[in-house]
Amino acid sequence: MNSFFAMGGYAAFVWPAYAVTALGLGGAAALAWFFHARAMARLAALEREE
Amino acid sequence: MFALANPKRFMDATGWMLPWLALATLIYFAAGLLLGFTAPPDYQQGDTVRIMFIHVPAAWVAMMAYGLMALCSAIGLVNRHPLADVAAKTVAPLGALFTALALITGSLWGRPMWGTYWVWDARLTSFLILLLLYLGYIALWNAIEDETRAARVCAVLALVGVVNLPIIEFSVDWWNTLHQGESILRAGGPLIAGVFLWPLLLMAAGYTLLFFTLWIVRIRTEILERRARAILMREGA
Repeated sequence: MNSFFAMGGYAAFVWPAYAVTALGLGGAAALAWFFHARAMARLAALEREE
Repeated sequence: MFALANPKRFMDATGWMLPWLALATLIYFAAGLLLGFTAPPDYQQGDTVRIMFIHVPAAWVAMMAYGLMALCSAIGLVNRHPLADVAAKTVAPLGALFTALALITGSLWGRPMWGTYWVWDARLTSFLILLLLYLGYIALWNAIEDETRAARVCAVLALVGVVNLPIIEFSVDWWNTLHQGESILRAGGPLIAGVFLWPLLLMAAGYTLLFFTLWIVRIRTEILERRARAILMREGA
């Protein structure tokens, strides 16, 4: 298991690359869903008021 | 295709499509990561080869996103269709994200392989210009209050920027670059071994599916926000 995380001595490059990617793509997905849900709720509330 | 260019039809069609797209994205990512992390180290690059599975798909999607942004911009300019403008506007931040990820992961791959995080060679520089084009497009859209005018001006910028796509693609052939030449999408077939090619293709499919999933969600959000703004304007009038 240790050798897996060591990545043949390149852990300092491989894991940060995967971490940045996970953060970027995961963050984009979470934000997209959050804003979509918020827009749906806002529109539903406005339509109820109308 | 143009049948979907009606916002109501688009909302109906994409409503049921999204969960399936998200599921397919997860499956491709899981399969790609599994094969990617169980592949043996490359005989020259060692374990840094695993960065390829996230770097190359990010670069492919970044370029595809710009092509789609330009296509939507052209349709918006010619047909004056608001959904095309919405599609172009919403793809720009995604394109910028994938471009930034390609640059960062490429930099982290370059340090152990080339001995440097960055070099001003043609491929890297033209890719940095792609990021600047995306950021310029986003900034320009936000700077113009009238949405119709913003769409027209930004469409021109997007179309002018298309010239950068062939420069990125062929930069490794036209100039002497530190970045390696084309090794996958080439006439004689891929140069990389199947044990690396399959995880790369699976990850590329996952990235593409994720891109379309997020793009659709962003288009839907923009349509919902425009509907809400229209109601507020009616109430205010």
